[in-house]
Amino acid sequence: MKFRPPEAFKPPAAAGYRLLPFRFGRLSSRPDEVLVTGDSGRFAFLSEADFLAFARHQLAPHSHLALDLEGLDLLHRGDGPIPLDRHAVAWRTRKAFVFEGPSLHLFVVSLRCHHSCQYCQVSRQPEGGAGFDMDEATARAAVDRLFESPARQLTVEFQGGEPLLAFDRIRGIVEDVGERNRTARRTITFVLASTLHGVTAEQLAFFREYRFELSTSLDGPETLHNLNRSLPTRDSYARTMAGVAAAREALGAEHVNALTTLTRASLTQPEAIVDHYVEQSFTSIFLRPLSPYGFAKRGLARQGYSTEEFLTFYRRALAHLIRRNLEGHAISEAYATVLLTSILTPFSHGYMDLRSPAGAGLGVLVYDHTGKVYPSDEARMLAAEGDERFCLGSVHEPYRDLMLSEPMQAILAAGLTEALPGCSDCAFQPYCGADPVDAYARQGDVHGYRPTSAFCARQTGMFELLFGYLREGDPDVLRVFQSWVQRRNPSEMRPERPEVFHAAA
Amino acid sequence: MQPHDAPASFEGAPTHRLLKVVDGLSFALSDAPPERCAWLASKPDSAVPDLPWGAVLSGPGGPADAVVSAREADVDVPGTRRRNTGSSLRVRLAHAAAAAPGDVIELLPQRGRIRTRYRRGANANTLFATERCNSYCLMCSQPPRQVDDDWRVQDMLKVVALLDRHTPELGISGGEPTLLGDGLVEVLRACRDRLPDTPIHVLSNGRLFGTTGLAAAVGAVKHPHLTWGVPLYADVASVHDYVVQSAGAFEETMRGLLLMASHGLSIEIRVVLTAPTVARLPALAEFLYRHVPSAVHVAFMGLEPIGFALANRDPLWIDPDDMKGPLTQAVHHLANRGMTVSLYNLPLCVLPSELRPFARRSISDWKQRYLDACAGCAARSACAGFFEWVKPGWLPRGIRPLNETEVVEA
Ligand code: SF4
Ligand code: SF4
Repeated sequence: MKFRPPEAFKPPAAAGYRLLPFRFGRLSSRPDEVLVTGDSGRFAFLSEADFLAFARHQLAPHSHLALDLEGLDLLHRGDGPIPLDRHAVAWRTRKAFVFEGPSLHLFVVSLRCHHSCQYCQVSRQPEGGAGFDMDEATARAAVDRLFESPARQLTVEFQGGEPLLAFDRIRGIVEDVGERNRTARRTITFVLASTLHGVTAEQLAFFREYRFELSTSLDGPETLHNLNRSLPTRDSYARTMAGVAAAREALGAEHVNALTTLTRASLTQPEAIVDHYVEQSFTSIFLRPLSPYGFAKRGLARQGYSTEEFLTFYRRALAHLIRRNLEGHAISEAYATVLLTSILTPFSHGYMDLRSPAGAGLGVLVYDHTGKVYPSDEARMLAAEGDERFCLGSVHEPYRDLMLSEPMQAILAAGLTEALPGCSDCAFQPYCGADPVDAYARQGDVHGYRPTSAFCARQTGMFELLFGYLREGDPDVLRVFQSWVQRRNPSEMRPERPEVFHAAA
Repeated sequence: MQPHDAPASFEGAPTHRLLKVVDGLSFALSDAPPERCAWLASKPDSAVPDLPWGAVLSGPGGPADAVVSAREADVDVPGTRRRNTGSSLRVRLAHAAAAAPGDVIELLPQRGRIRTRYRRGANANTLFATERCNSYCLMCSQPPRQVDDDWRVQDMLKVVALLDRHTPELGISGGEPTLLGDGLVEVLRACRDRLPDTPIHVLSNGRLFGTTGLAAAVGAVKHPHLTWGVPLYADVASVHDYVVQSAGAFEETMRGLLLMASHGLSIEIRVVLTAPTVARLPALAEFLYRHVPSAVHVAFMGLEPIGFALANRDPLWIDPDDMKGPLTQAVHHLANRGMTVSLYNLPLCVLPSELRPFARRSISDWKQRYLDACAGCAARSACAGFFEWVKPGWLPRGIRPLNETEVVEA
């Protein structure tokens, strides 16, 4: 029996170490530290001195820090081969969505709506308008395209306008999809994005039968909601909540979600909006900013706000959400959850706007009531304003032609954060995404220009906020974040300790 | 369970070395031919059905030769040729409890012993695949030997053929079972065909999965309930390689795990708790979550004072009380991320209360015991206790009986 000491298995110190691909940056709240992020999403905060030593190959290979950084996939000690397969698998796991193809299929069944929201993003038409509904031939062709997508898991989402105004079309599509899926055997989720105003028992029974997820808009307390969403009767809030109550009763509360649209008026009351969601027993809230572009373009600059104003609001809202969770109310914020999933897990998230390669077209296809196919809702809105450059073609063209169309090629060429100027060396790049259509809409160029990009400013602000919390390492906050990411109740979570996240203080 | 020998006296020579122990009911329910069975006579002089048994077993006492009755009713088994005498082999057990219906035994007449190869009802049954290993772990409980024991493939196949169809679970260990290569795949195939409902648990260091096409071959078996227990001791190569005493082992195992996962194999990670690895447990936990998130189970295991561990007590031993910080952190980290975590071989009373819910009563019946200090402990039935061969120098500090309230918390 002969055993060798630990030293015998350490790589020779003289061989030093090699660096694995990393990016770095500094949080404005901690200018004296460096955030180092690896390609596979692992990260560390290093002191300036440690960072310089690390980057200059001057760390002692047998120091604790060198070991920590090796475990984090940021360096590789010794002169043996770098375990590329391990990094490749980690990377592939994060990009698994690429293998699926478009999984989210939006059916714009009607542009008609009873609301006239000032910020409406979808160029609505009045309730009684004619020629704004999807006809049957279009619907059937769209379902053909749906099943041509290679994705095993498909989400069929109905939007408008107010899609309930075209309920018969929804029913036809759902039955058609169900029928064809007997042989196609995909996993299909139906989603309806609706105000739920006047939703009938018959409609709810149908949604229940097909296990719909319902998504509605709730902007916060009654006055705020009614201010944002004008109806001639001024009772949008009461109608929404009546719809929510009926839907919860029929489908179960967990299948009824809401998201907020934030206007300038909303920005002053983050706590009230959060509290209202808690009061109404929602377990998730999506604090969704409107693009300043959207307001400005529609001559509504007064309603708009800057990214910094949004971030100020968001910081307060997030802090309040964390507080409410710690008081025992399990409620997550959807956007933070998406970003944290990217930061804290080995997996990709399902959010289309934050992917690289871009979700537009590759992850989502939009079938407009006109029969035109778009790679995203933003592309459809551009078209409504007269710019058809992102129209992929007609719903009657085969999937393959749509995916090989010129607009798709433009999206692909500009859809990789790994390769975009400004993004390619950004510390947050592993967790961020590219949205060429949005970049074009805001900046007139699919590649976008980071220094003046409102999207990038918001992303940077969000990452700074979340990484700031992670660096601070309050075990309670970490526990809440982890509960969001793992979709569990915070009370089930055992203590989280910050040491796991970083190699050095 | 591990091979377990018991003294026995033999009269006659065996034709088959491996036999299934049966009585009337278990024989009726089994598909093994009588030649492959050892009839267990309830009393030395009780009647034995006249079938060509592989052996007739009896307990101690009474006349040496069991009476073979040839009652017509007993022997009228369709398709069985009637013989005048039953088995020519009589085996007298020194202890009646050494064999029971459903067991598989190996006859060792030269040594005057029988060896239990499968014990019905035991909480762990294991097929021993090989004595060879490609690692040389500091705490190996079954120190490897470089012998040619490929014959064990046929031996395992024979045991599998004799097992009850409803065998609740079966382990395969060594040595390093994957050194049998295709032979192991053959055994797994036999398990799949013969015991499709029996969960199979194989202990392997995973290295050959990283360097050969084994993952694809095992994946192709499509065994419905097969789990691989693979040890990983650190998130960095130098620490892991030291514990397994093999340079390059970490990278081979990691590569093996990735290939296993990509072929859909079910993986359990086993982390033996030793002094050189404890400090990096939290880092290991996150490493596992990042690189092997599909693992169905992560088990943190107390050291077993046997084999090589005895020679390496000083570099390996760490008191549970001195590892509770990093261990708790690692366990919570994985549990929070939805992974199933267990603690094996650790007495409940020396664990912090927040870890007790993860502790399992992991030590097999036949090698488990409690101490005098356990007298009056309310947690005994839930506690792993100690290995039978635990000795001074291997006892944790602070063993104390737990009270009812503490048990409820566990
Ligand atoms: S958009 Fe901004 S935050 Fe995102 S990767 Fe590019 S530079 Fe970084
Ligand atoms: S005292 Fe109780 S908890 Fe402690 S080892 Fe003995 S049986 Fe287990």
